[in-house]
Amino acid sequence: MAQRTFTIITALVVAGLVIGPVTAVLWHGGGITVLSAADLSALQFTVWQAFWSSLISVTLAVPVARAFARRSFWGRSALVSIMGAPFILPVIVAILGLLSVFGGNGFVNVFLEPLGIPKLDIYGAHGVILAHVFFNLPLAIRLILQGWLSIPSERFRVAASLNAPIFKLLEWPMLCRIMPSAFAVIFVICIGSFAVALTLGGGPKATTIELAIYQAFKFDFDLSKAASLAVVQLCLGLGVGLVALLLARGDMLGVGFDRVVQRWDGSLLLDTSWIGLATLFLLTPLVAIFVAGLSGLTDLPISIWGAALRSLLISLGAVILTMLLALPLVTKAGEVASLLGLSVSGLVLGTGMFLIIQPYVRPSSVALPVTMLVNVLMALPFVLRILRPNMEAAKNDFGRLGQSLGLQRWPLWRIVYLPRLRRPMGFAAGLTGALAMGDLGVITLFSRPGEGTLPMAMYQLMGAYKMEAAYGAALLLVGLSLGLFWAFDKGGRAHAVV
Amino acid sequence: MLWCRDAVFVQGGYTLSANLKVKANKVTAVIGPSGAGKSTLLGGIAGFVTQQSGTLSWNDLVINILPPHKRPISMLFQDNNLFPHLTVMQNVALALGTRLNPAPDVQNRIEDVLTRVGLKDLANRKPATLSGGQQSRATLARALLQDREIMLMDEPFSALGPGMKAEMLDLSVELAKAARRTIVMVTHDPADAARVADEVIGIVSGNAWAPIVTKQFLNNPPKPFINYLG
Repeated sequence: MAQRTFTIITALVVAGLVIGPVTAVLWHGGGITVLSAADLSALQFTVWQAFWSSLISVTLAVPVARAFARRSFWGRSALVSIMGAPFILPVIVAILGLLSVFGGNGFVNVFLEPLGIPKLDIYGAHGVILAHVFFNLPLAIRLILQGWLSIPSERFRVAASLNAPIFKLLEWPMLCRIMPSAFAVIFVICIGSFAVALTLGGGPKATTIELAIYQAFKFDFDLSKAASLAVVQLCLGLGVGLVALLLARGDMLGVGFDRVVQRWDGSLLLDTSWIGLATLFLLTPLVAIFVAGLSGLTDLPISIWGAALRSLLISLGAVILTMLLALPLVTKAGEVASLLGLSVSGLVLGTGMFLIIQPYVRPSSVALPVTMLVNVLMALPFVLRILRPNMEAAKNDFGRLGQSLGLQRWPLWRIVYLPRLRRPMGFAAGLTGALAMGDLGVITLFSRPGEGTLPMAMYQLMGAYKMEAAYGAALLLVGLSLGLFWAFDKGGRAHAVV
Repeated sequence: MLWCRDAVFVQGGYTLSANLKVKANKVTAVIGPSGAGKSTLLGGIAGFVTQQSGTLSWNDLVINILPPHKRPISMLFQDNNLFPHLTVMQNVALALGTRLNPAPDVQNRIEDVLTRVGLKDLANRKPATLSGGQQSRATLARALLQDREIMLMDEPFSALGPGMKAEMLDLSVELAKAARRTIVMVTHDPADAARVADEVIGIVSGNAWAPIVTKQFLNNPPKPFINYLG
């Protein structure tokens, strides 16, 4: 009962943090306006690109995740971590990397030109989809890989000894459980895409709702239109999010003792090829940034270190707050409540928060805490999606045992749930920290010069055409984002395997 | 005495009626075909299955109003009896409280019970590194240390080989009897009942029969159990 009360209070806090700012924007904007033809076109494009981005990401992730699940090789664990990099890479940095590979003067076009093949154009709808696949393929791989790891390894031994069809018997049921929810999660992410659409999309044919909201704020300062679009996005995101929850079943295939056993099925050549291709696709842009950024490190202005420290503080604060909010919400109802944060534009959330606090404090003085809070709300649905299936499994497998031993409340969490959640919590904390570290959203609208975050400092260097330093800042940002992710993910995995 | 008076247990769409008395300090086997409701009966007594009506009492204490951990019951489940992330010592220590690093006097008690089940040298091992028999011994050690008057055994040794299963059953009954426990154990094997049980509860068609002396039950079974017992 006490736990349910705690869940309800936390859910109400989260709902209030989302609904309050949206209401504030609506209030200041004077209510909802009718959407124009351009807005409807943005809505159509948003859904279209989100559908294809999700479908391609999830479809490609299946063979890659399977290859990782059944192959054991030196550096596998490091490669799995590194392959997660694009999803946690600061968007602006990643787009620079993608441009250096697929852009007009990128590696691919330099290779294609002598062959007489027309140049690839990364700008437009297909560029948006390419970038979304680049960002979301790692997430899909990780989600599906977690699904594979949730199958007790002993089952594979049983299937192998029976010469049973492993795919049909063990893998397909797991995929049916994981794939629809992975699709829906990526769909929600792509609906809220801003930086990708801003840099690679735009124009009447490739404008997302988030971009339309930004334009309404930035160019027209039309709060009413921005709020109306935000409501459309809220409904769309919430609808898809609820579908994702309905599709996601918490039940696992059983529990094993987490032993790693050898697999006897599959083609080594095929698995190696999938891992190789995915690695090439996901890591080449990172390598490009690394090469260009290395020489720029010496050009970094001293102010960049202050910005890096502020980003680090925002990031660590976001991790702590997200985990504190997530643990009471690891239920279906809690996950539904958290979806509110993902369904609303980060720009609208931030603006709403500033409108609420404006009468009491100067917005720029709380730019960093507000940025942190927006990041917490955006990260919460991901964190809960990662934690909930594991929590359900822990409850199913050990709930009765815990009850029979009289474990309740904190001792139950300390002895049973937290150790069982340690691994996914590490992953979720890493994700939250890295995403907050690379966020370039609300902060751009409200922070004072010289008091911004590292992504913002990098953005300003780019605006000042100090490209060498910008690449250096990009490399620093990548290092901090990945380092943070790695540290939390590793921390979670250490001692988690029996 | 454990008394199920007009008790009706409901699990999913399945209903089990039980009107029976289990004698204290005796071993009672629960026998019946697969899906008859043997585990439902034990789950109901332990408090894990909803009791729709009737009362359940232990001596003069009505226990169906109590949550599982407040009933005088320790239970050995069919599987997932040990937390895989804890050592044997920590798993067993949970019988006495929530401290995973118990005080020296508690530690002595744990070592004593581990010695009794033959696991003293494996106290710091995790379940994954133990054999099935050793895992069962650790579970038994914890149940003994729980110091509760009733011990419910829902086929905790079903995954073991016949020899090991028989050995574990004998050890459990021997140690539990020495600790003056009342044992209610589910079994598929009439030979197990014949070897260790004083009485047998037969379950068929959603009804748990009142206990019958084992010899009588096996030699002259009630009509619904003739086919099952062969």
